[in-house]
Amino acid sequence: MAITVARPKRNWRERLYLPAIAAGMVITIKHFKNTIFGRTKVTMQYPEEKWDSSLPEHYRGAPALVRDTDGRVRCVACQLCEFICPPRAIKIIPGEIPSTDRFAKVEKYPEEFDIDMVRCIFCGMCEEVCPEQAIFLRKDYAITGFTREEMVHDKDKLLEIGGVMHGVVLKWNEKK
Amino acid sequence: MSERATAPPMFNVQIDGVWRQFPKGTRVIEACEQAGSYVPHYCYHKKLSSPGNCRMCLIEMGMPKLGPDRKPELGADGKPVINWMLRPQISCAQDIAEGMGVRTNSPLAKECQRGVMEFLLINHPLDCPICDQAGECLLQEFSVEYGTAESRFLENKVKKPKNVVLGPRVTLDDERCILCSRCIRFCQEIAKDDVLGFVDRGSHTVLTAHPGKRLENNYSLNTVDICPVGALTSSDFRFKMRVWFLKETKSICTSCATGCNTLIGTREDIIYRQTPRQNDAVNSCWMCDYGRLHFSYLESEKRLLEPRISSGEKLAAVNWKTAITQAALQLRQFSGWEIAVVASGRMTNEELWLTAQIARLLGVQFIDIVPRTGPSDDILLSADRNPNSNGARLLLQLASEPGAKLPALAEAAKSGQVKALVALGENPLAFGISTEQLAQLPAFIVMDILSNVATEHATVLLPASGFAEKRGSMINGKGRLQRLNRAVRPPGTARDDWEILRDLLQALGGGNAIYSIEDVFRQMSDAVPQFAGLSLSKIGDPGAHVMQLEESPPTEKPSDEAKIEEGASAQSQRRNEKST
Repeated sequence: MAITVARPKRNWRERLYLPAIAAGMVITIKHFKNTIFGRTKVTMQYPEEKWDSSLPEHYRGAPALVRDTDGRVRCVACQLCEFICPPRAIKIIPGEIPSTDRFAKVEKYPEEFDIDMVRCIFCGMCEEVCPEQAIFLRKDYAITGFTREEMVHDKDKLLEIGGVMHGVVLKWNEKK
Repeated sequence: MSERATAPPMFNVQIDGVWRQFPKGTRVIEACEQAGSYVPHYCYHKKLSSPGNCRMCLIEMGMPKLGPDRKPELGADGKPVINWMLRPQISCAQDIAEGMGVRTNSPLAKECQRGVMEFLLINHPLDCPICDQAGECLLQEFSVEYGTAESRFLENKVKKPKNVVLGPRVTLDDERCILCSRCIRFCQEIAKDDVLGFVDRGSHTVLTAHPGKRLENNYSLNTVDICPVGALTSSDFRFKMRVWFLKETKSICTSCATGCNTLIGTREDIIYRQTPRQNDAVNSCWMCDYGRLHFSYLESEKRLLEPRISSGEKLAAVNWKTAITQAALQLRQFSGWEIAVVASGRMTNEELWLTAQIARLLGVQFIDIVPRTGPSDDILLSADRNPNSNGARLLLQLASEPGAKLPALAEAAKSGQVKALVALGENPLAFGISTEQLAQLPAFIVMDILSNVATEHATVLLPASGFAEKRGSMINGKGRLQRLNRAVRPPGTARDDWEILRDLLQALGGGNAIYSIEDVFRQMSDAVPQFAGLSLSKIGDPGAHVMQLEESPPTEKPSDEAKIEEGASAQSQRRNEKST
């Protein structure tokens, strides 16, 4: 069934349109004046100038793996991020930490951890789902490469972007 | 047996306010489940005895109120009035009784479930992110359904041994163990290898193997399956893949003639594990470790990836059409008595049927399969390690025992009577033909999945599919027809065996109107009386009994119930001895 949209009744001033056009022109001329006198900056000279300083706190850039203050790679290869990732950008191959290792009590670690940045949509679900506070979206946004292979961030690259994370829960320290 | 022949008496039981009837001997927890009131449980397993030690299945229970005449008093609805007991009862270790009342959802039952859940989680580590059981863990599931969101436990958790190697295939994490004792009872009652037990007391109780013994029986991995938490883990599957990624394909194990029903867990064309699928007519809930772990050869480096034909000294890769045409050309040069076909007891019925068609078309006299035997046990493992010997007997119409013609065949190859040999999934070196003889054969057509010394001498080499890569049916040692299903794709350009045989049959001038494996089965069911009226889909997941075998009649082995009764009576005997 068709819906009848109620049209507002306009008075003669509104129907003339000219006052509205004039009001619009006033705004345009104000901007024009500000630009002429250098009071407004319209263009940011990217890449000489960068966004970095003006990015908001909640900005979601490239996902990255972090180490904690003990130097341990926080990820334990639980593969929840791989599961939740909507574009399936994450691929993890889990492995067992050898018993001679300093962090042997954690038992499991990612042997390989790849994020395909061509696929990544920066949604942040991996960070949200991570039970180990191991993956965070950093502020890196200029992710480029000449080939598709270059666009796959491997574990080393992810750790390089991620760096050390302070103030995370060190739950494995209580174990054994 | 005679008891089962006459119907057991039925008892009236009230479950969550509804009166129902159940046969005598039903355990309360089973009656509740049949009535649609699921009772959470850890230690109870339908194929094992009930020790009643996890306390998760506590329910409120009542018995009929008896009058002075010792007869139940009837209420206004004509049903017995129930006297509810003040204490909760476990539902797993009791049988139903006439006029019994059960409440699974009452405030008392719910409070018990929440309390038991809290106690179980006191010492349980919060390491779900690294635990292999996560995703199929009863502790996780019941914690969500019956537990509380937060822990009130402020003290330190008890530290227990981790990463304990219990045996060659099982690794134990004692901190995760909730002491349900399923694994102990499995070893006692099913595997008959009593090596596990609890030591120490109270919250320091740990599961361990008997000093000097290891959990190394051929059924050890079943303890991993029945472990409701991640305490017992398979050393083979440990940390390989999270279970929620696995696609589970219903299939059967092809490592012996028992044909245990399985689920093949795969992800992206890689097989990660095989687990048993319940089928009380075949394997109950179990399978042996030998069969379970017998799949890694499908990912071997030696897999044949493309069809090849011999050109000069080496084998050149060709396309399928060329390979099939070449095979047909080579076979047509010889008359029937110059050709030998060695099929395999590992082939499916469909493949054997097509093989029989090819042999009939060529007039082949020498046709047999290679027997494969090994030690058996009286649990599941069969001495016949070919999964489909019965199918071969039936479809190749072998008059003698499998393998009886092989010595004569080897002799004929030696004397030069046999000029063309077709080896389907078998290595002729295994039955007395030497590499020199193979090299001299004018036609040696091989269909196999792995390369070996014999395949190097093939004149035509046809790469086929492994058991997890194809569909089909097999007849197990007891005459039960069961289905294989495709869990992964074959590597390279390898094809389904039945397709290769169909193409070969067509190249030789037969095999019309076969476009799918269903067509093969349809032709087979028209010709073979045992398969009459069946189709691949009609076989169903549990399989269908098709052959009456004299040496092994289809009567079931001592059922699990009998075993449980045996175990339970032994247990009560022990208890009585202790108390007196």
